Amino acid sequence: MSLPALIELHNLACERDERFLFARLNASFAAGQVVQILGPNGSGKTTLLRILAGVSSDYRGEIRWQGQPLASARWEYTNSILYLGHLPGIKKSLTPLENLRWYAAQQSGVSDLTIIRALVQFQLAGYEDTPCHRLSAGQLRRVALARLAFSQAKVWILDEPFTALDKSGVAQLELRLADHAAAGGLVLVTSHQDINVPHLESVDLQDFVPSPVQIQEAFYG
Amino acid sequence: MVKSLFWATFTRDLTLAFRHKGDMVNPLVFFLIAITMIPLALGPEKAVLVRIAPGILWVMALLATLLSLDNLFRSDFDDGSLEQLLIAPYPLSVMVVAKVLVHWLATGLPLTLLAPLLGVMLSLPASAFGALVWSLFLGTAAMSLIGSVGAALTVGLRKGGVLISLIVMPLYVPILIFGASAVQSAALGQEYTMQLAVLGAALALALVMAPLAAAGALRVSVSG
Amino acid sequence: MGWQWFHRLGSPRWFYEKTEIWIPWLTILAWGLLLVGGVWGLGFAPEDAKQHNSYRILYIHAPVAFISMSCYYIMAISGAIGLVWKMKLPFMVMKAAAPIGLALTVVVLSTGSIWGKPTWGTWWEWDARLTSYLILSFLYLGVIALQQAFQSRDTADKASAILALVGTVNIPIIYKSVDWWYTLHQPATLKLVGKSTIDPSMLYPLFIMIIGFYFFFTLVLILHTRTEILRRESRTQWVRDLVLGKAKKLPEESAQ
Repeated sequence: MSLPALIELHNLACERDERFLFARLNASFAAGQVVQILGPNGSGKTTLLRILAGVSSDYRGEIRWQGQPLASARWEYTNSILYLGHLPGIKKSLTPLENLRWYAAQQSGVSDLTIIRALVQFQLAGYEDTPCHRLSAGQLRRVALARLAFSQAKVWILDEPFTALDKSGVAQLELRLADHAAAGGLVLVTSHQDINVPHLESVDLQDFVPSPVQIQEAFYG
Repeated sequence: MVKSLFWATFTRDLTLAFRHKGDMVNPLVFFLIAITMIPLALGPEKAVLVRIAPGILWVMALLATLLSLDNLFRSDFDDGSLEQLLIAPYPLSVMVVAKVLVHWLATGLPLTLLAPLLGVMLSLPASAFGALVWSLFLGTAAMSLIGSVGAALTVGLRKGGVLISLIVMPLYVPILIFGASAVQSAALGQEYTMQLAVLGAALALALVMAPLAAAGALRVSVSG
Repeated sequence: MGWQWFHRLGSPRWFYEKTEIWIPWLTILAWGLLLVGGVWGLGFAPEDAKQHNSYRILYIHAPVAFISMSCYYIMAISGAIGLVWKMKLPFMVMKAAAPIGLALTVVVLSTGSIWGKPTWGTWWEWDARLTSYLILSFLYLGVIALQQAFQSRDTADKASAILALVGTVNIPIIYKSVDWWYTLHQPATLKLVGKSTIDPSMLYPLFIMIIGFYFFFTLVLILHTRTEILRRESRTQWVRDLVLGKAKKLPEESAQ
């Protein structure tokens, strides 16, 4: 079953300060997939996710959203992705509820009740009004993850989302990722651990490390 | 939706500002202590203080504003909120305005309201108090906006503090000139509406251009 | 042909090899004009009625003042081109221009100060021009400091380009404000360069010096940019060949 591609990468290449992370990266991500980006530390996994999330525009090559070049589909793209990076994006002096209200404001129709329900789903019932600096690292990560419960974004770009989660937390998140894909969404994820999700696809960045000849061609041509 | 993320950012930052009341008080205390240094350094004769009060009040308010700029984006950068601001489906420059507005309400406005008290301490003539408050009201707002560009450029650096001052102070020169002149003219019993008009124009220009520059600078700082 | 030429401009190597030929010509022109203008202005132009011979430093002060201001705009425009078209060469030009501009501004301030001593009796006066150029030196210092502060060169380039652009918007505003401030605080005293008539016989050497300094500036900027290119591209094959003495031609030319 081949669903239409949501994100396509054509000859993507990235160089940061004379370090050539990857080149000629061609890939196609379709709805219904959960894709793990593999590679050792420093291979550019985080950089690739940041490029896909729109945080970094430091790349050559082309990215397409639903067949259109990214430049012309910027608005639809931004509206369709949810990005969770290494840093949780949660302010410690605020409560989970206050933190998530800002994220909820990006969509219409997300009430406080919806947010509280999301927090409950992530085992944070009763903590809605506790300042986040009083939460543990695992709880803080779950506050950030709670966005997944009310987000309408089609594409989830998650960088090491399993950090600081315990076994049941990991299992729960894996289930959530699978459900999102089954409902027609796309998940791009990195993780140091194995991810237990049916039909897991992967892209290994080590396959795209450029040789010196390719470096000359891609970056100095 | 276009309206709500502006207010969401504004409310969030305002809540944060009030949770960190210490950060709000620091520039005010600096203002007070710095003003106290002046008679200690130059002697307490009223004749001298009257002459220099307008300029000194303005310079110290400027320095107090400079000190507070580093906090504008730093905590967002450190906890990952800044990245999320960048990719939110909403114009970054408008969200920058929301943040700068909170910064001004928490820093510039209190400085403006404290200034008359310090003016009394420096023997500022009674005729100049109105000009002091109005010029600082407009000037601190403009300085928060222009300063946000410097803060955005240096947010990725660990020790951005002194560098912000170096970058931003030359840009503050016109505001300082007209602000201090407004108070000085008022102290001499002269008209000062022209200077206030120029400050208003500077504020308008900063409101239009600074958020765009700051947004561009934030993108550079975060992706770097 | 059109866009190809423009994108060639973005290639540091192309710039390096093309400018190789220009350097001797620029050197001759620059030094020639400066020599002629300098000797004429400093030696043979008539004395000024009020300032007698001490005005002669104008022949250095005024041209360098124009150029240090132009240098800032060149720096900012290069930065803008680099930001918009994402090319590397403009950023190298921008980085090369900054310290040159700062040095030129220092020359303006020192010659202004030297001029001031016999004219006003003091080494420093807060007149409109000197104050404006002092602030210009701060703008340069800010760009240079920002360049040095980042570990990532790409970020350093983009950030200082943004700062340079913000500075360009402010320069006219700062200049006008300082001008106004000066008239407010000082009565109309003797100005360094009055709007009053300058005798034509004084103008000719001045023009020659201006043109000569522009050539000199172009020469120095090209030389400095070339060094920056070598520094940044030190890991590429063509630089290695150059340094090792095995220079090769650009592929397009060898194909012709």
